[in-house]
Amino acid sequence: MNWTLAFQIAITHLVTKKKQTLIAMLGVTFGISMFIIMISFMTGVNQFLEDMAMDNTPHVRIYKPIEIRDDKIISEHHPAGSNDWHVVMHQRPKNELPNIKDGFRYMRQIENDPRVLGVAPQVTSQVFFNNGPVQIPGTISGIDIQKQSTLFNLDEKMDEGALENLMKGSDVIVMGKGLAQKMGVSEGDRVSVTTPDGNNFNLKVVGIFSFGITAYDESRSYATLGTVQKILQKDPSYITDLNIKMKNVYDALAFREKLEAELKNVTIEDWEKANASILAGDKIRNMLTAVVCVTLLTVAGFGIYNIMNMNIINKMKDIAILKATGFAGKDITAIFLLQSLMIGVAGGLLGLLIGFLFSYLLSITPFPEASFFRIETFPVNFRPVHYGFGMLFGFLTTLFAGYFPSRKAASIDPVQIIRG
Amino acid sequence: MEKINSSERFEKPAVLKAEHLVKYFYEPEKFKVLKGVSFEVKQGEFLSIIGKSGCGKSTLLYILSTMDTDYEGKLTIRDELLTGKSQNELSRFRNEHLGFVFQFHYLLPEFTALKNVMMPGLKLGKYSAAEVEERAMYKLKLVGMDAYAHKHASRLSGGQQQRVAIARALVNDPAIIMGDEPTGNLDKANSQRVFDIFRSLAEENSQTIITVTHDSDFANGSDRIIEMEDGNIVGTHFPKSV
Ligand SMILES: Nc1ncnc2c1ncn2[C@@H]1O[C@H](COP(=O)(O)OP(=O)(O)OP(=O)(O)O)[C@@H](O)[C@H]1O
Ligand SMILES: [Mg+2]
Repeated sequence: MNWTLAFQIAITHLVTKKKQTLIAMLGVTFGISMFIIMISFMTGVNQFLEDMAMDNTPHVRIYKPIEIRDDKIISEHHPAGSNDWHVVMHQRPKNELPNIKDGFRYMRQIENDPRVLGVAPQVTSQVFFNNGPVQIPGTISGIDIQKQSTLFNLDEKMDEGALENLMKGSDVIVMGKGLAQKMGVSEGDRVSVTTPDGNNFNLKVVGIFSFGITAYDESRSYATLGTVQKILQKDPSYITDLNIKMKNVYDALAFREKLEAELKNVTIEDWEKANASILAGDKIRNMLTAVVCVTLLTVAGFGIYNIMNMNIINKMKDIAILKATGFAGKDITAIFLLQSLMIGVAGGLLGLLIGFLFSYLLSITPFPEASFFRIETFPVNFRPVHYGFGMLFGFLTTLFAGYFPSRKAASIDPVQIIRG
Repeated sequence: MEKINSSERFEKPAVLKAEHLVKYFYEPEKFKVLKGVSFEVKQGEFLSIIGKSGCGKSTLLYILSTMDTDYEGKLTIRDELLTGKSQNELSRFRNEHLGFVFQFHYLLPEFTALKNVMMPGLKLGKYSAAEVEERAMYKLKLVGMDAYAHKHASRLSGGQQQRVAIARALVNDPAIIMGDEPTGNLDKANSQRVFDIFRSLAEENSQTIITVTHDSDFANGSDRIIEMEDGNIVGTHFPKSV
């Protein structure tokens, strides 16, 4: 096959039909640029949501759930046989403390594992925040400020005040933005808190934070471990959660399984379970992107298919002459397939450029709900692999769309055309 | 170059052999166009095919040109049996050994006259692009079209296009040149010019010429005339020997 000659003829055909070429090209350009914009933005959103969630989600969390036992206590003494049943009506949970026994020992043990980045202990309790006669439900968590900052970047989430203020006094807390709004308080104000045991405490607000996750911002508050242990009237070894950050997120599952084998009487959860909804959102967005892009490229492909078909009908005489003077079927296929591919490559490159420009513009556009989401501009990813894929898709689409018309061109019978 | 007289020439070997060619058309109904045509053409012979319109001359020429493969009988060119060969083999064969001038549809309109003439040469790939260009230019000069070499084919007149098409048919120095009314669009002077070119190709280069023509002067200047009627050969004349 003489590729140089096929290429020359293909180029000449494209150049003499500039308008047609341009229209076919723009179809690909549109498809590829939309692909780039969509995928850059969608993965940007995924990344942003993941980062936001992962920032304050422990990779592995150990806690003590209050749950109703499946196996009834009565079975321990009178095992149920095949003929008798135990029926227990209105079963109640045992009055168990929600703390992890030997929590700090576990903590040190876990910290020694080389896969673990760090462990942050927590004492969390349900509380009511009293706003006059109205009680607003929420939580208060006693935290190790140092660890919470390094592992979960809580210090970066502060809107007013600072996390370190917690260490400067006793009976001080920081609370979520939404909660503070509901309470009508700001930094420096005092709030009254009722513990589950019915005790009241007066705490000073020394900071307001926001995660950008409404459910958290409307219910959470943080204080030092000591402060929370004090209002719950527990000793300094009392902790309810161990929040673990791994060096590599994807070790979490294996590590959870290892801990489950070692630790008794606790529940261990990994981030995938905790973030199931975010991961599902990721999947849906990815699928949406794929569907839209495949649709766009298919439409572009049909455009090329039509234009190539038309092109070949217009070029029947030329094809007949070429075949009559000695061009084989595969030479003709090459000529028209090359045209299609050149349209694909040129349209694809232009599409990448336009896609990049628009993604860039989007990435510097201020985000409308910025204060709410802790984000200044639209989240956009720039990954070379997306551009590579865009080009590959463009190439494959045009290859596919051009293949059938080109084969048709190759099978044209020159005698029929030349006979007139 | 030595001049060979016609009697000597006919002792040369047959370059083309058609044996009992039968061709049917099926549309609108089954219809036998060629009813068993047999003849031989010798190397360097200048042959004319004449006959009434619709008698099957073009149909015969398309079979001889190897483009039409849907026929019965045997076609042998240069001792190679072409009947039953694949399209790819045939296109290769055409490219190297056959040159055509058609009744209509002459050139690729997007390309210059020179590029049109070069095309079969570039396809053959026997010579470099520069050599092909040089040869193409020479063939254009032969048909008096060298001044228009760089003009787009679509901007040439019908007669000019036909002369470029003749140059294209010659570019690979084929053994046989076939023409379906190659002078159909030409004035008297240019017809004479094409005739002279064919004449000298046959005599000086021993290339074989097979043309379908309605031009009796043209036919009478050739070595042999085959007359067709209703899909049969009904007569053979040797105008010069008369
Ligand atoms: N594709 C076709 N399908 C059916 N019949 C055809 C087809 N092409 C030609 N014919 C018929 O076959 C016969 C021979 O046609 P052909 O073109 O060979 O004639 P011709 O001798 O070249 O005539 P002309 O001198 O007018 O060019 C005619 O009767 C014509 O109508
Ligand atoms: Mg005819």
